[in-house]
Amino acid sequence: MTALLAIEGVTKRFRGVLAVDDVTLAVPEGSIFAVIGPNGAGKTTLFNTIAGVFAPDGGTISFAGNRIDKLPSNQICVRGIARTFQVVRPFPALSVEENVLVGALLRRRDIRAARERVHALLERLDLFDKRRQRAANLTLPDRKRLEVARALATEPRLLLLDEVMAGLRPTETDRMVATLRQINRDSGLTIVLIEHVMRAVMALASRVLVLDHGTAIAEGAPEAIVRDPAVVQSYLGAETL
Amino acid sequence: MNLAIVANVVIQGVLTGLVYGLMALGLSVIFGVVRVVNFAHGEFAVVAMYAAYLLFVTLGLDPIVALLPIAAAFFLIGYVLQTVLINRFVGRAEHEQFILLVGLAIVIVNGLLMIFGPDARPTNLSYSFDSYAIGPLFVDKARVYAAVGALVVAAALFGFFRYTATGTAIRACADNLTGAAVVGLDIRRLYALTFGLGLACVGAAGALMVPIADASPLLSQAFTLLAFTIVIIGGLGSMAGALVGGVAIGVSEALASFFTAPSMKSMFSFALLVAVLVLRPHGLMGRRT
Amino acid sequence: MRDLWSAVPRRGRVILVVWIALLIGAPAVLDRYLISIFILIFYFAYVGQAWNLMMGFAGQLSLGHALYAGLGGYVAAMLWFYFGIGPWLGVFAGIAVAVAFGAAIGWLGFRFGIEGVYFALLTIAFAEFTRIAFDNMAFTGGAGGLFLLYDAQRSHEWWNLRGGPLLFYYLGLALAVGAAILTAWLSRSRIGYQWLAVREDQQAALALGIDAFRVKMIAVLISSGMTAIGGVLLAFYYNNLFPAQAFDIGRSIEIILAPVIGGLGTIFGPIVGAFILTPLGEGLIALTAILGINAPGAKAVFYGLTLMAIISLRPDGVWPWLRKMLRLEETDS
Repeated sequence: MTALLAIEGVTKRFRGVLAVDDVTLAVPEGSIFAVIGPNGAGKTTLFNTIAGVFAPDGGTISFAGNRIDKLPSNQICVRGIARTFQVVRPFPALSVEENVLVGALLRRRDIRAARERVHALLERLDLFDKRRQRAANLTLPDRKRLEVARALATEPRLLLLDEVMAGLRPTETDRMVATLRQINRDSGLTIVLIEHVMRAVMALASRVLVLDHGTAIAEGAPEAIVRDPAVVQSYLGAETL
Repeated sequence: MNLAIVANVVIQGVLTGLVYGLMALGLSVIFGVVRVVNFAHGEFAVVAMYAAYLLFVTLGLDPIVALLPIAAAFFLIGYVLQTVLINRFVGRAEHEQFILLVGLAIVIVNGLLMIFGPDARPTNLSYSFDSYAIGPLFVDKARVYAAVGALVVAAALFGFFRYTATGTAIRACADNLTGAAVVGLDIRRLYALTFGLGLACVGAAGALMVPIADASPLLSQAFTLLAFTIVIIGGLGSMAGALVGGVAIGVSEALASFFTAPSMKSMFSFALLVAVLVLRPHGLMGRRT
Repeated sequence: MRDLWSAVPRRGRVILVVWIALLIGAPAVLDRYLISIFILIFYFAYVGQAWNLMMGFAGQLSLGHALYAGLGGYVAAMLWFYFGIGPWLGVFAGIAVAVAFGAAIGWLGFRFGIEGVYFALLTIAFAEFTRIAFDNMAFTGGAGGLFLLYDAQRSHEWWNLRGGPLLFYYLGLALAVGAAILTAWLSRSRIGYQWLAVREDQQAALALGIDAFRVKMIAVLISSGMTAIGGVLLAFYYNNLFPAQAFDIGRSIEIILAPVIGGLGTIFGPIVGAFILTPLGEGLIALTAILGINAPGAKAVFYGLTLMAIISLRPDGVWPWLRKMLRLEETDS
């Protein structure tokens, strides 16, 4: 299967700090791919590079066969890659429904049609009852779900999730995992997630990439990764799982 | 075209520019630390001008000397104003800060209008019309004194920020507010101090302006815009930048005034502002954020 | 349109209809002076709405909006003055010029990432630059001003905006109502939501595929074009233009008073603001006259204090508070 997202030798530097160093990975369509590693490993920078927040200093990024590494972030979304933020960014003054509506309006110009999609998504992510609440008043788990709903509203082929489980209790984590798995199964949405919550990684990912200090130190199936000595050394610690 | 005349014009510009720079320094300090858009800046400068004017007319106090009590008074005003009113607006949306200070500016300038009327009040000092002759150049004594005054005050402020603990603490606030709070700095007190210092600069600058220009409420708007222009051109966060920017604007205004018409001098300042905003937003000497 | 109407709660619909009916019929009982007050109210409600689109919805702070009003007025006035071209045509030229300037400011600001107070200063710089330029150009009348001569024999030519205050009253009313309807329509449209998104969090909006540059630009273009029309109205009403007045920052501040005090980002905010401010200002002038205080700055001091009070106590504006009092909660803004 050809990769939906192909990253070749991507490098990103911030005034002398090499945040991402020659990272290569290929994400097959329909799969769920996890990127893990200690804090400061360059995971979010990698995401930001894919999402067009900044352009890589070196290497290429291809999506569905087309180069996207020089595109601005709104163009990236138009092409079919949606993302969430590590620290959630709802539109505070807007309601839950309006937040997701903004996302839906990308593909659906008619407000009524967009609203239908919004309601469907809100149902799916269990936010329908809160749809008129102001986003600023939501609890964290709800905000996380809102962020996911909003990103999904743009009808992406690939979803980048940046630590979406952070701050969620185990039951909420399981809920989110179940929702994501279901969406992936139903619509074939490809998901790449940055995660620290290993529980979620093990439950969702078919393949894992481990970053440390900007470089890829391991890649493979989750079961193999957690036993990889380099990974254990740098990130997991000897007593996990 | 006589080179000596142009040189005179440039020197005028530099000297006036140093006073402008001091005024802008006050704004830079306020804007850079407290991050409040002080759109009443020029209005305060004009109040200081009137204060110096009144002190001269009633007590015969030379404005250059009067800058000391005026700066002290303005420090207190700034401290109180920040604590009582402005502090609530720190961190609020920019347009809200702006509206508050525009409101204040309107109150101040029209209050001045009501008290003093729109006519300009000249201050006739003994040296108002004297000049130093340096070779082919004639340099206004008044401007020289004012410029020296500005430099002294700026140096004092610079020294304060560089060499005192409080000054360093204030710079820490400007640099990293969360960090400063975490380290236990009393942000509100430091903000009040900073606002006080900023207004003290404005007060001093206003007093120093009096030998150069006649006090009039109509100057306030121009001063505010001038201060912002200078801060942006010189670079936010750079004290030296405020002075450099002031000189740049002073010279550009003087030259524009000379070669085109006095009424057109601001056009070039604004063109310069737009150019800097677009091409080099951190200004000549500002820190790149 | 029916959509918009049904979105208004029933009590609100009644109030609206009554209010508009009153305004339409009012000139029958008002004297010339009061009619002139209303014309000003309508003007400020209208341009306030235009500014509100850019600031309240798209989040871009413009403090040089007088530029567009001035340009609109001057261009239409000069076409009339020099070529006898009527303002109903001249307004298009005025709009074109204002929009061109708006596009330039928008392009400079958005392309180069100039935001917040820096963007505001950019708008001020443009307005001031233009003011001084017009002051020094002979063909615009210079600092002495441009005067559209009053010709009693042509005073009925409503198509040339020659007419008594009634003409301007109804025009102003039409503009104010039209602007409110336009704003209501836009706020519920695709671009309305995109504006809000960009205003709230531009990065997040970009991540949702919104072209922030294009969206902000559209706001500036609409806002500047609308304001230009207001400028044409004023120019032909007062029959004179001075750069020091037309482009002055004081004018720009006057334009933002009504929407800020009434309620940013709301549809009725600018209207409520205008209805509060203008009569109060005039009332204050009358009061100082009665009290024998000859204070040229008194009205402005009052405006300043009002601004400070409102922004401290009710930063969202009077309208949201009033709306709650009247129990007219809308579902959106």
